[in-house]
Amino acid sequence: MSDTFGGTFVGMPAFPEAARAAVGDATLRANLRHATHTIRDKRARAVAELDDWAELRQAGKEIKDRTLRHLADHLLRLEEAVTAAGGTVHWAADAAEANRIVTGLVRATGETEVVKVKSMATQEIGLNEHLAAEGIAAYETDLAELIVQLGEDRPSHILVPAIHRNRGEIRDIFREKMGSWGRPAPEGLSDTPADLAEAARLHLREKFLRAKVGISGANFMVAETGTLVVVESEGNGRMCLTLPETLISVVGVEKVVPTWRDLEVFLQTLPRSSTAERMNPYTSMWTGTSDDDGPSDFHLVLLDNGRTDALADEVGRQALRCIRCSACLNVCPVYERAGGHAYGSVYPGPIGAILTPQLRGTVSEVDASLPYASSLCGACYEVCPVAIDIPKVLVHLRERVAAEGGRGHRLERAAIKASSWVLDHPTALAAGERIASATRALHPKRLPGPGARQWSEHRNLPELPAEPFRDWWKRNRR
Amino acid sequence: MRTEEPEDPVMRVALFVTCVNDAVFPATGVATVRVLERLGVEVDFPAAQTCCGQPQFNTGYRAETAPLVRRTVRAFEGYAYVVTPSGSCAAMVRHHYASFGGEAAGLAPRVYELTEFLVDVLGVTDVGAYFPHRVTYHPSCHGLRLLGLGERPRRLLEAVKGLELVELPGAEECCGFGGTFAVKNPDVSAAMGADKIANALSTGAEVLCGADNSCLLHVGGMLTRQGAPLRAVHLADILASTEEEPWR
Amino acid sequence: MTTDSRARVLARIRAAVAGAPEAPDVTRGYRTSHATEDPDALLDLLHENLADYRAHVHRSGPDGLPELIAVLLAERGVRSVVVPPGLPEEWLAATGAERRSDAPRLTPYELDGIDAVVTGCAVAIAETGTIVLDGGPGQGRRALTLVPDLHVCVVGAPEQVVASVPQALPRLDPARPLTWISGPSATSDIELDRVEGVHGPRTLEVILVTPRPAGG
Repeated sequence: MSDTFGGTFVGMPAFPEAARAAVGDATLRANLRHATHTIRDKRARAVAELDDWAELRQAGKEIKDRTLRHLADHLLRLEEAVTAAGGTVHWAADAAEANRIVTGLVRATGETEVVKVKSMATQEIGLNEHLAAEGIAAYETDLAELIVQLGEDRPSHILVPAIHRNRGEIRDIFREKMGSWGRPAPEGLSDTPADLAEAARLHLREKFLRAKVGISGANFMVAETGTLVVVESEGNGRMCLTLPETLISVVGVEKVVPTWRDLEVFLQTLPRSSTAERMNPYTSMWTGTSDDDGPSDFHLVLLDNGRTDALADEVGRQALRCIRCSACLNVCPVYERAGGHAYGSVYPGPIGAILTPQLRGTVSEVDASLPYASSLCGACYEVCPVAIDIPKVLVHLRERVAAEGGRGHRLERAAIKASSWVLDHPTALAAGERIASATRALHPKRLPGPGARQWSEHRNLPELPAEPFRDWWKRNRR
Repeated sequence: MRTEEPEDPVMRVALFVTCVNDAVFPATGVATVRVLERLGVEVDFPAAQTCCGQPQFNTGYRAETAPLVRRTVRAFEGYAYVVTPSGSCAAMVRHHYASFGGEAAGLAPRVYELTEFLVDVLGVTDVGAYFPHRVTYHPSCHGLRLLGLGERPRRLLEAVKGLELVELPGAEECCGFGGTFAVKNPDVSAAMGADKIANALSTGAEVLCGADNSCLLHVGGMLTRQGAPLRAVHLADILASTEEEPWR
Repeated sequence: MTTDSRARVLARIRAAVAGAPEAPDVTRGYRTSHATEDPDALLDLLHENLADYRAHVHRSGPDGLPELIAVLLAERGVRSVVVPPGLPEEWLAATGAERRSDAPRLTPYELDGIDAVVTGCAVAIAETGTIVLDGGPGQGRRALTLVPDLHVCVVGAPEQVVASVPQALPRLDPARPLTWISGPSATSDIELDRVEGVHGPRTLEVILVTPRPAGG
């Protein structure tokens, strides 16, 4: 994996091996099960409140598709509007360039610390690690990000990066680590969510109050007005967007929507899909800079970093519709058992399995294994508020990986070719079936060898019938 | 007999038995024939059929799938109704064949999953079956989400004499089979299967019914490995069972 | 460097979609509102949805407003309150709390030492239980409603109440900094279970002011 895609996940094993460890971790399994099942039912209820959900979903899909088709025009319009409103727009072709731009902007302020709003884009480019190497401390302020940062851990969910941690683990991390980053956890901190939230409030407040530089992403950028939108719950986003003198927003190019009106769709679908709320507690919208309100210096860094590769793929480009709600993670039976870390990227779950291989290619073992990290059950597609046909893209990416003929795939292709030949020759097929049936008494319940071993480690092979169906038909109906 | 008669007594259909049923679960093919014939439908089995190509397709081998698509389309030429006891294979034809071009798209509207054919085409929910067992139903993903089978399988089961249908907790969650997923990601697959089985066992059912034998191959294989007091049985086998000729 | 990248990224984007078919026009088949047109019912819905996400909701006529604000501030032990520019003077006529002006601009530390803020709003959305601030008269800059731990927000009914998000957006000016507030600060970050009270005001009191006193 190249260091232009963040150093966080270097050396990840392929998905199946990483998942094996997760499946065997009883605490992790229980944490994920509890959290995903809690939100699943709530999301279903929040969505059921709107009888025009299907129409909202369709509109969201179409807005995104149309925007992507004319992306350059919308970005230019956005640039013009942001600039006119007092902001400065930067363009970053890859992670290294984005990191360089942000570092330069922070350096220019003379500051050595920044406060951050949770942002997938800055996680993707490994901004915190880059800033640290340049002597700049980046403080994550979202509660879950804080848990991950204090725990020297990795994020495992798009919305709730610390979903793999339960309240007891979070209390322990706060007790042990808060002191070395700033204000320590209160004496006798309990593991109730309210007390943990209070501890985070106290710990971060001093950082917010003294912050001179804030760094964020954005959920949406409105081309016609130059408005950026950040959707959040805790108020940490408002703190970072409002109190500092300098604000730097790093945003993927696909986050642009053409018109102000387009927000009426996504501000209905995102909260209900994400946190299962009618509306999230806080949404901030700002356009450039304002005279007497908020940062006097605003920079927007538009990030490509592989997005144009995805855009060039006619099947795969629909992944760029994603509004990062994480509903697909929460319903995914594979995510629920494997956990987010197994996906080896900041984008876990079904969306990660189609986004990561497109953004950074399928060269590494883990990236090449991601398109197979799904049973194609289709639950993700069903809940996606912008109708990304994730199973379809997965199969499409499997074609790509198989065509590249990497590890194991040459052998697999040979086997598939052979089986296709047999299946295209019914006489040979029937002969094979008869041999299998005739020798069935000799078949063991477990088999060695690739494929067969993986199968029979957990399951018995079925007893083969006395004759295949086609022979029964011949004897009885012809 | 309480069996409802279909409107057209000489309706002729082609049985699309699927490769898994042909080689491993012929009884399900036989059961499908028995149910259809009992309802006055004339059944053909075009011997040129083999595999719809789904396993190859879903694993990323489109080129290797193409000859199987052509073969399947040719095998069922001229049949207005092609009936299959597999939601997954029906979904392959309905959703993916068109992308192979040529005549492949023409087969899609003529393929019916068994419960669709019984409920929608024949207009029957009571097929005159008798199955005195406690049953829970697992709706396989492709039937559930790609075909939208909805309540059809349950309505058929509810009309079976002697059958007690019990709710499966977490019914709509995947069993973990997923074709080559089961061997490419064996641990996650088995973990999903284990949860499905635990849910099924919690119902106290004797039979875990499904409408896709590939899923039942996986879940059934885990059940027999565990020696669990629960059998995985295809819906067609239940519908074929009568008081005169009961199941097993 | 970034100029080159601008050209490079734009060129890549154009190349990526060069052969793509034209995307269809957006069909907006969704509703512009899910709620009733009746102003009284709409106000009840707003009340209900605000309360559902743990805002404390009160009703008042214009005459009773100063007294109600004074009571709410007193109940929470408020000793100091930020007064945004343009807040109607009479709203704070009955409270004994120290009034703090934002001119000159209060520092974040000063704001952190103040107990409460009282504001009006730009618009309120019934379906989602949301109030939107746009920094207009009586609302102040965004930090004023963020740092103090208690926010008392006055909504004028029926003129400030709309049914839905699609009805709210056209009433807002994107050029102004906007804050949409749906209940007090909350988080779902611990086991995906919602708890109230993190960085923003932990208490949100909303007063729905109707021309006549509630029930009158």
